[in-house]
Amino acid sequence: MAYQPDRSQYPQRRPDGTLDIDLTSGKYLKLWQGPQHPGITGNMSVELTVCGDEVVAGKTHVGYLHRGFEKLMERRTFIQCFPIVCRICVPEPDFNEYCYAAAVEELAGITSPERANWIRTLILEMGRINSYMMYLGGQAGSLGQGVIGQWTTYARDLMLDRFEELTGARIYHMFILPGGVRDGLPEGFKQRMEETLKEIESILKDVYNVMYCNAVFKKRTVGIGYIDPQLLDSYGITGPTARAAGVAKDVRRDQPYLVYDQLDFEPITGKDSDIYTRADVRRRDLLMSVDLIRQILAKMPDSGELMAKLPNVLHWQIPRGETYIRGECSRGEYGYYLVTDGSGYPRRVNVRGPSYTHAVALLERLIVNINIADVAALMVSLHTYPPEIER
Amino acid sequence: MQALYHRLKALFPLGELTEQRENLVFVTVDAAHLRSLLLQLRDIEGFTHLVLLTAVDWIETGEFQLTYLLGNRAKRQDIGVRVMLSREQATMATIHDLWPTAATYQRELREMFGIDFPQSPGVNEEFILEGWNDIPPYRRDFNTLDYAEATYNDRPGRESRDPATYMREKLYGEGH
Repeated sequence: MAYQPDRSQYPQRRPDGTLDIDLTSGKYLKLWQGPQHPGITGNMSVELTVCGDEVVAGKTHVGYLHRGFEKLMERRTFIQCFPIVCRICVPEPDFNEYCYAAAVEELAGITSPERANWIRTLILEMGRINSYMMYLGGQAGSLGQGVIGQWTTYARDLMLDRFEELTGARIYHMFILPGGVRDGLPEGFKQRMEETLKEIESILKDVYNVMYCNAVFKKRTVGIGYIDPQLLDSYGITGPTARAAGVAKDVRRDQPYLVYDQLDFEPITGKDSDIYTRADVRRRDLLMSVDLIRQILAKMPDSGELMAKLPNVLHWQIPRGETYIRGECSRGEYGYYLVTDGSGYPRRVNVRGPSYTHAVALLERLIVNINIADVAALMVSLHTYPPEIER
Repeated sequence: MQALYHRLKALFPLGELTEQRENLVFVTVDAAHLRSLLLQLRDIEGFTHLVLLTAVDWIETGEFQLTYLLGNRAKRQDIGVRVMLSREQATMATIHDLWPTAATYQRELREMFGIDFPQSPGVNEEFILEGWNDIPPYRRDFNTLDYAEATYNDRPGRESRDPATYMREKLYGEGH
């Protein structure tokens, strides 16, 4: 028989809509999940108010790693901002590089070369695979399946090897800079990438059998954390979280950028909009990225310019203007709003990370009536990275 | 997007249209008409996605620019609605009832720029900063370097340089 909570213990609402929670009554308990907790995604915490083992209210707290990137960039020249931006999102830094570079290029009237656009697309898809690998480990780990994280960490490490030979770095690549990319593909890269992709496909088969077909995983994720498709626009929900609700929101298809209009793919969608469906959409999206990388390597030109001609970057002044550049990262819509004032420094850089909406307003809504033990699984299913919230 | 602009212009006192791209434009509207313009865009024109809400500090003219960026997925279009506010009386009506997620943006703008949004849920609660008692840090007149020098002590022997000046000197030597 399904669990039936005792609703008589639940708090009443005051006329202003807030919950009337009297902690001295003994009915409720404050419980902090995070900032240091294995079930938390990064440096954030959720202040839970629980009644028995059920959450009646949750509040997201951020600010544990605010480094003031947006303010820092106002004191740096356009090229000096380039090595900073990737640090805004650790597991998938390349979208920061691409969005920033594309915004600067647009306002400065620069067009990046065709070959550079192919390499940029390749890097973004490689980063997506890495990010999904971290997600899979976290999602399984939040439900007690520690081994999945070990397998996906191994797979991610293989892709980091490819990143290292392509860019010289494993985590922060600093490869997509305004004007193009720093280098072409090294000798033998395509062959080694193919071997990596085959290994990833093989690991994903194991992950599917052990994680997705596991009865405990299914019982704890099917029907939990349901997101009504009606909420998508009002809560700014994008990416796999939106696609799992049956809405094929994908910037790669909706507003194609780089070379996505030359690639053959359709956005992956689900229909049940629960934790399990979101996990499945991400798994299939990961496999689609594997396919996209194969398409890119087959179609990309082997020669051609990699960088557009830039002015002297030490004296680079960009005319007054503003623009917004978006891309589809593994968690949803990632975007940069850049304002210039004619000087050699950005007037304002605003980063729009999907976690900003998913981890605060949406999480606080979904967390109500969840069992304490499912909070971590719910949070991970929204795939949030706190650095995006407090840039 | 000219047609959209002319339709809106017939209803609201809009400033000039800035066409940044084929599918991205910016318009300016006064604070009093913002809400009805956003409702028109959301409910009639199909701009249902609040992409972001942020501010730009134009300290030279004593104004804050609020940018409400809205997206229309079906038409693949975006429109940025700009509202200019006086820096001295930086208060704006809340839109959290139109997009619940706007409450988060407004809470951050209150903390980082000192722009108030009365009635917005939790707008006066600390968001990222804790125990902050200086001027809002994302205002242009907040100097991060001065703040850091006054607040923190350098390790003995550590040098601190202005990044732009250091880069020029490193590449071209002193005097450039």
